[in-house]
Amino acid sequence: MTATTSDIDLIEKISGAFKKTADAKDNHRREALATFQKIGLPNSKTEEYRFAPITRALEKNFDFDKTGSSSDINSIEKFLIPNLDASVIVFLNGIYSKTLSKIVSPESELRISNLKLSIENGESTPYFQKYLANSADVFSALNSAFWQDGIFIQVPANTKVEKPLMILHINDAENSQSIGHTRLLVVLQEGSELTLIERSASVGANAIFHSFAEEIIVKEKATLDYIKIQNDEGKLHQVANSIIHQSNESKLSTFTLTMNGSLIRNNFNIAIDGEKCESHFYGLYLLNGNTIADNHTVVDHIKPNSHSNELYKGVMDGNSKGVFNGKIFVRPHAQKTNAFQSNRNILLTDTSTINTKPQLEIWADDVKCSHGCTTGQLDEEALFYLRSRGISHEEAKAMLLYAFAAETLEPIKNHELKSYLDDLISGRLNKF
Amino acid sequence: MTKDNQVLEDITSKEYEHGWATDLEADESPKGLSEDTVRFISSRKQEPEWLLEWRLKAYRNWLKMTEPKWPNVKYPKINYQDIIYYSAPKKKTGPSSLDEVDPELIKTFEKLGISLTEQKRLSGIAVDAVIDSVSVATTFKEKLGELGIIFCSFSEAVREHPELIKKYLGSVVPMNDNYFAALNSAVFSDGSFCYIPKGVRCPMELSTYFRINAANTGQFERTLIVAEEGSYVSYLEGCTAPMRDENQLHAAVVELYAMKDAEIKYSTVQNWYPGDKNGKGGIYNFVTKRGLCAGDHSKISWTQVETGSAITWKYPSCVLKGDYSMGEFYSVAVTNNYQQADTGTKMTHIGKNTRSRIVSKGISAGKSQNSYRGQVHIMKRATNSRNFSQCDSLLMGDQCGAHTFPYIDVENNTAKVEHEATTSKIGEDQIFYCLQRGIDEEAAVALIVNGYAKEVLNQLPMEFAVEAQKLLALTLEGSVG
Repeated sequence: MTATTSDIDLIEKISGAFKKTADAKDNHRREALATFQKIGLPNSKTEEYRFAPITRALEKNFDFDKTGSSSDINSIEKFLIPNLDASVIVFLNGIYSKTLSKIVSPESELRISNLKLSIENGESTPYFQKYLANSADVFSALNSAFWQDGIFIQVPANTKVEKPLMILHINDAENSQSIGHTRLLVVLQEGSELTLIERSASVGANAIFHSFAEEIIVKEKATLDYIKIQNDEGKLHQVANSIIHQSNESKLSTFTLTMNGSLIRNNFNIAIDGEKCESHFYGLYLLNGNTIADNHTVVDHIKPNSHSNELYKGVMDGNSKGVFNGKIFVRPHAQKTNAFQSNRNILLTDTSTINTKPQLEIWADDVKCSHGCTTGQLDEEALFYLRSRGISHEEAKAMLLYAFAAETLEPIKNHELKSYLDDLISGRLNKF
Repeated sequence: MTKDNQVLEDITSKEYEHGWATDLEADESPKGLSEDTVRFISSRKQEPEWLLEWRLKAYRNWLKMTEPKWPNVKYPKINYQDIIYYSAPKKKTGPSSLDEVDPELIKTFEKLGISLTEQKRLSGIAVDAVIDSVSVATTFKEKLGELGIIFCSFSEAVREHPELIKKYLGSVVPMNDNYFAALNSAVFSDGSFCYIPKGVRCPMELSTYFRINAANTGQFERTLIVAEEGSYVSYLEGCTAPMRDENQLHAAVVELYAMKDAEIKYSTVQNWYPGDKNGKGGIYNFVTKRGLCAGDHSKISWTQVETGSAITWKYPSCVLKGDYSMGEFYSVAVTNNYQQADTGTKMTHIGKNTRSRIVSKGISAGKSQNSYRGQVHIMKRATNSRNFSQCDSLLMGDQCGAHTFPYIDVENNTAKVEHEATTSKIGEDQIFYCLQRGIDEEAAVALIVNGYAKEVLNQLPMEFAVEAQKLLALTLEGSVG
């Protein structure tokens, strides 16, 4: 890939900023920076980033020479989910905020420690960077070099965490740009259960760049429900690299809702490295304005006898742009795998676009795999049917869109959470 | 059933049946590629100045380009200086009738089962046979001539219809379209040209047989088909190459140009030498095929059965420019042993109310890798356009791979695009059902595979369908159990 001079400038600027960070002498970070420089920033010819102009956005909106902005936020009330009794871990511009965080689960259910300390005392070394390689993605390398703060969460064996845990990223861009690099390591020990919510929210009108990387390890017979809510109304540019590693007989269900932001890029990987696993991989993107949402997902079947089901749906309004890339890998020997994938899209305006690439790569013969992908618009006849019964055009449209979207909420078990998401979705669809 | 068993036995006991070389004295260019090679080819073919300039421009473009790395195939680096770019059977003047054709050559065709004399009399197909780059004989030309149809070798067309060639050459696949198209534009040796005048329905299937003969010669064919307003033509292309250990490069270009209300149907059965059981030898088939539906209500349909070649890199595409135009792509790609195929199509919807349909059936066996790569692009202006794609993969054995890379880019909100793909293997219950009825496993597999590919095979003209069915079974020999 030939980098343009402006790309090289930006890489140099970022590398320069690195030298000013507190951990610049750390060997692992320096290696990660070298990997970042070697891969280079993506441009429109980079296959994985063809439709996400992240480099241009970084160039235009951010000054990497400047240090992070300060914040005087002292209440998180408005960012919480109503009626949901949950533990909350807050990152403020990428730094863990002890005062704003609130853990309601007892220590016996949920063990939370500082990631840097847990690396130093060796507690998290068996897991840290075991599955998320720096070389996998340039922003994963960037995060490994820069991450300012992180949290290490452990759920002990055979424990069910009764109350959900929410990770809240607050980006305060009130006074100046906000650049944050955060990191998360979650280990669900054998037979444990957890509902995890990850959400970002921003304040202020300046540009925000948030690089986020997480590694989640789901051990044998453990169950994880993971919900990502991306309805940040600020000028958020986010690249989130997530990997969930599953062992034998583990169960996973995820739901990613993307509604706002300038440019949201999710690299969401699931490695099914065990037998008899179950994975439900759901997503919904409801876009308007100039939002670009790019979901790159990977379901990697490494071991035989597992089942995965992926469903991503999207509605694009305004000048928005949806991108979906779903890879399913079935490795040699991963026989008797069932893997399904579906991506459905509705374009509401002629200035919105969708680029989708559902990709199957199969190296085992005794498998059942399929994928489907559609792009279309609302059914005129269905609209007419509703109109003929006295329902206004707007309402009829919202009803049909809701029917389209609601299916993706299926895997969510928590009632308060589900009704909150339901309201969010209906609220947005009524405005389309 | 005994007949079916017989057929299977025949083909399973066969190795590559077209693997022999004819001793024809060849007139060759020196090895290697330079401006001199391009000039050599051009002068040997007594081409006009403008065409030489065109070739040189393509060559200079090619020098600046790099070989594409994105296909899902692996092969050792090609040494472009180690290839003979031009090889013509030695004959001072072109034959005007079959009697003048070198008897050796006639034998070659007879071995291939496409004896010109036979074909001329029995099947009613006009064959423009191409052996190592020079078109040797064209049959049925007079009959077609009466209708105003031009069907001749490319060099003849350059001599006799320069105005048409000048107008359409590179109009669908520009000389600098991609690395291999640029290479072809610089050194193309010969090929076929076909022109159907306004309102004429071509009364017979037109057909060429490509054959790579001399050792170490790459074959750089160029086919150009122009269908004027309201015309129809069905074109068949069949390819075989003798067994050789070294890899041979084939970089052809096919351009189809359909005017208003015209229809072009292009069928290919590709049976080139795929290499032996250990993956040694075989053809590299790097082909650029594209059709332009220039006029309203025009239609282009590609049908391909790909069983040969060590590596296939080929995406017959349709550019749907005219309103209400239609593109179709039907493909069966079979890979066995160490074969690699990265094939698919590209449907670019530009005009309003354009429709496209893609049916791709991949079958991988042995240690082969089979990829479908396709793009459906609905441009902003293409309102009410419609696409349906289906790509299925069938895996036989646990050492092969099937890959699907569909790109769907939609910029218009009135478009409807559907894509579906499945991957599966032949069900044990299906085999059991056949065994129960006394059909042995190999025959059962052939039966099931043929059923699986039926949707595509049905699109082929009769003569080809029979051959294609046999080829399918032949390629999959020994891949069960």
